[in-house]
Amino acid sequence: MCPRIRKKVQHGSKNAGTLVWIPAPPFSTPREGKMAVCHPEIYPLVLTTQTQEIFNCRIDEDVTDEQPYKLIKKEDIFADFQNRAAVSDFYPVRKVIQEYPGDELLVVYDKDFRYGLNFYLIGTEEGKENYLNPPEIAEEQEDYKEHIIEDLYVYRPPVSKPWVSLGSEKEIEEESVKESTKQITYMISRKRSKFGAPIKFSDQNASSVKDAYIECTAYPDRNFTLKQLEKDVGMQVVPKVKDTSTQTRWTYPKNATTQYYPREFSEEEKEIFGQSKTLSDFLNNVSVSVEIALQQNEIMNTFVDDWKCLAEEESTFGDKTDTHLKEYQSFTDLHNLKEKMVTSVSWHPTIYGLIAVSVAVRLSLEERVHFSGKLLLQPSLILFWSFSDPIHPQLMLESPDDIFCFKFCPSDPNIIAGGCINGQIVMWDITAHADRIENIKTGGSRSKKATLKPMFLLEPDSNKEATYIRHCAVSSIENGHKKVITDIHWLPDTFEINRMGSVFENRSGICCQLVTCSADCTICFWDIRPQKALTPQSVEKKKEENIEIPFDVPSTFLHLDLSWKPLIKIRLSKGETSLDHCPTKLSLNEDSLCKSQDKVLLAQSKTVKAGEMNPYYNLEGGLANHLKPIEDFCTKFFVGTEEGGVIYTDWKMERDSETGRLMAKKPVNLYTVHDGAVHTVQRSPFYKDIVLTIGGWNVAIWKEGISTGPLLQSSCAPKKYTAGHWSLTRPGVFYIGREDGYIDIWDLLEKTHEPAQSQNICITMITYIKPWTFSAKQQFIAIADYYGTLHILEIPWTLSHPSTNEVSSMNYYFEREVKHLEYIEQRKKIRDQEKKEMELELEKKKTKTYQKSKEQLEAELKMDYESYLELEETTLINLGFLKVAEKMSFMDL
Amino acid sequence: FLHPPPSWDVEETLKRLQSQKRVQVIMVVNTEGIPIKSTMDNPTTTQYANLMHNFILKAWSTVREIDPQNDLTFLQIRSKKNEIMIAPDKNYFLIVIQDPTE
Repeated sequence: MCPRIRKKVQHGSKNAGTLVWIPAPPFSTPREGKMAVCHPEIYPLVLTTQTQEIFNCRIDEDVTDEQPYKLIKKEDIFADFQNRAAVSDFYPVRKVIQEYPGDELLVVYDKDFRYGLNFYLIGTEEGKENYLNPPEIAEEQEDYKEHIIEDLYVYRPPVSKPWVSLGSEKEIEEESVKESTKQITYMISRKRSKFGAPIKFSDQNASSVKDAYIECTAYPDRNFTLKQLEKDVGMQVVPKVKDTSTQTRWTYPKNATTQYYPREFSEEEKEIFGQSKTLSDFLNNVSVSVEIALQQNEIMNTFVDDWKCLAEEESTFGDKTDTHLKEYQSFTDLHNLKEKMVTSVSWHPTIYGLIAVSVAVRLSLEERVHFSGKLLLQPSLILFWSFSDPIHPQLMLESPDDIFCFKFCPSDPNIIAGGCINGQIVMWDITAHADRIENIKTGGSRSKKATLKPMFLLEPDSNKEATYIRHCAVSSIENGHKKVITDIHWLPDTFEINRMGSVFENRSGICCQLVTCSADCTICFWDIRPQKALTPQSVEKKKEENIEIPFDVPSTFLHLDLSWKPLIKIRLSKGETSLDHCPTKLSLNEDSLCKSQDKVLLAQSKTVKAGEMNPYYNLEGGLANHLKPIEDFCTKFFVGTEEGGVIYTDWKMERDSETGRLMAKKPVNLYTVHDGAVHTVQRSPFYKDIVLTIGGWNVAIWKEGISTGPLLQSSCAPKKYTAGHWSLTRPGVFYIGREDGYIDIWDLLEKTHEPAQSQNICITMITYIKPWTFSAKQQFIAIADYYGTLHILEIPWTLSHPSTNEVSSMNYYFEREVKHLEYIEQRKKIRDQEKKEMELELEKKKTKTYQKSKEQLEAELKMDYESYLELEETTLINLGFLKVAEKMSFMDL
Repeated sequence: FLHPPPSWDVEETLKRLQSQKRVQVIMVVNTEGIPIKSTMDNPTTTQYANLMHNFILKAWSTVREIDPQNDLTFLQIRSKKNEIMIAPDKNYFLIVIQDPTE
């Protein structure tokens, strides 16, 4: 509706109706104000100065603020049209002007540009009138608004005007209530007397009076009858449910505590009691019976179940009569073990069924030298056999020369130390292959051929699976042993020793020291930890560092390789003579040093270390310098020698007063008991001080501390003994291997003069025996022979299971033997005594004979003759040549 | 005529009992279970006394209940590790613990 004031709207709309001036609200911009205003009769114009001059509506001269409008005659505008035609400013509104009824047009100066241009034309008469007149009101209203000063409000009371109907009468009429019909009036009357009279009601049958009622009888309407043919009925069987409820009193658990302390008498009260007479009377009465009871226990144990003690355990496994060792398996490596013998056997400490065997060529020294070229080609090996694969060894450890003894390290079964024929100690670390040997599958998966092929068809390649593992360290050649190492042991992980032979606590929790003995008459103690390097060694070390190490060899013992020197070297000398004892076997005291508290500490330290890497990879130098030596440790040990002697000596070194060097102590005891080299010196697994030595043709059992001699020494056997071992489970049993392939099983509780059993194992000399227990029911014994075969036999129940009280019986036996030895000693003394006395007597007798006189001699001669006659007589009577003189009868008397 | 028994000193008697073979502990406890004399440390003595007291009373009442004329004279508890001997009386109990012969 509202034209946009900016455009010049051409339509000449003449509004019917009143024109209302809406004063422009005070907008922010005048243009907005223009837009709000809707005036169709306002025509904005631009009047140029020329036009302004023509029509005398010059701005600020003719047209001012007070009088902003100008009435312009129509004829003037038409004249302008003619003069200036299209150029005329009024040209755009020409039509409006032409249609304008009046004569004069109102042109207003739009100073504020309210309608967009500087002038505007009002196109209607009314507009003109409105402008001329209401502007005052508009102005007044504007002023009113602008000035905000209220004028006085004049009250004009409303003037009544005639009512103009606007159509509301209709509604009113509709709403009003009118009578539609005329109202009817009824008048009913009655006699006055009847009002208020007592009323009597009576019953009346409706049917009796005619037309008294109208009934609307019910009748069955056929339209509405429905016969129900089907009925849907639901039924449910419901158990009778009865709801009952009770209220119970809920007792909830409550924590309650009591704290109490026992009633006690104070010291004074106790004293009073102690002095009272009642107490002493009581004790007097009672002590008699108590003493009897106490002594009864001493006399006899009344609760002993004799039946139980009598019988052996009934739960035997297997046949009781079966006492033979049963062949379980035997291992021979046909490829590698040509003309080799087994020198040492060791079971793997943890893995079931794994056994390691060291082999050596069976040649004497001369032959070795002769065949040395050939020997170099053949590798010297330690073979690992597993029960699951009897043909192929699982692992083969290579060594520079034949190994004569080796041992697994007790703290880490992946470390193996072996003694070589050339006097070197060889160390292997098989940690890299540990998982290989732990999960050994049966041999079927290895060899493609299931059947066993004869030897000539076996190619060397069939052994490709078994790997050769090179040693990772060898000891120094110059500083170690010069001859074959005959025995090697790991020192237990509870103690360690230093250069002086003093014993210290081993804090590292692992076995780190070794002891070896060799045919060059020395016993050496070795430490596998890196020694603090002294400066003169640095040159040597540099040289050795240039040696390349094969990449697959672990570097555990790299610090030892070729530079390993022994800690202590003990020479077993025989005194002044140049010949020394040649040790063959050692047995150390296995006294575990720690008491229970220390054991806990060690266990803790071990668990701490378990989280770290294998401790053998982080070997540190010995702590021997920091700790104090342990005083009362037994540093003595047994050594068996080549000549058949058993030496009990000490490893503690002492300083020689003359030379100032460290010297080994003299042996405590030396016994020559055996006829040949002692090949077994072994402590009993049950008694720490009982040692078994086997050598030559006999066996001896010793007790540590008894220096008089062996407890038991057997007589010479028919065949030479070549190997031996205690039984691991029965304290009185040990096994001895003979040179003819027989094994003698000795049971000290059965017989002590000869073996209890003998069994043939193989055809050749037995070189090593090693039993091992896997479980209570399975015990094996590994027997190695001279031809390189390893026999595994199963020990029957009777030999493996100790009888009840066997340990204590053996103890008694040993004690008896000890007493026997003591008795012998005493007897010896007594005998010596007697001997002395006898000698004295003889002396005396000798002096006496010359003093005998002639008469005495004659008397003696006569007596002798008479006794001879008697003798003759009795002999003749006995022979029957003389009759006994009859006795005179009593009748003759 | 019968001589009255020599009244030994309390200490002497106890020492004599203690010198028997393999005797470990000797205790004298009153009828309420409060220890009077003991060769052991106090807490253990109290524990033993308390436990023994219940046991003695139970045994005594058992014997009496079966036959009121009867009376408890001696009590011995044999266990794997030791043997406990109890001599009851009107006023006191004597408890001796011995290592059995095994």
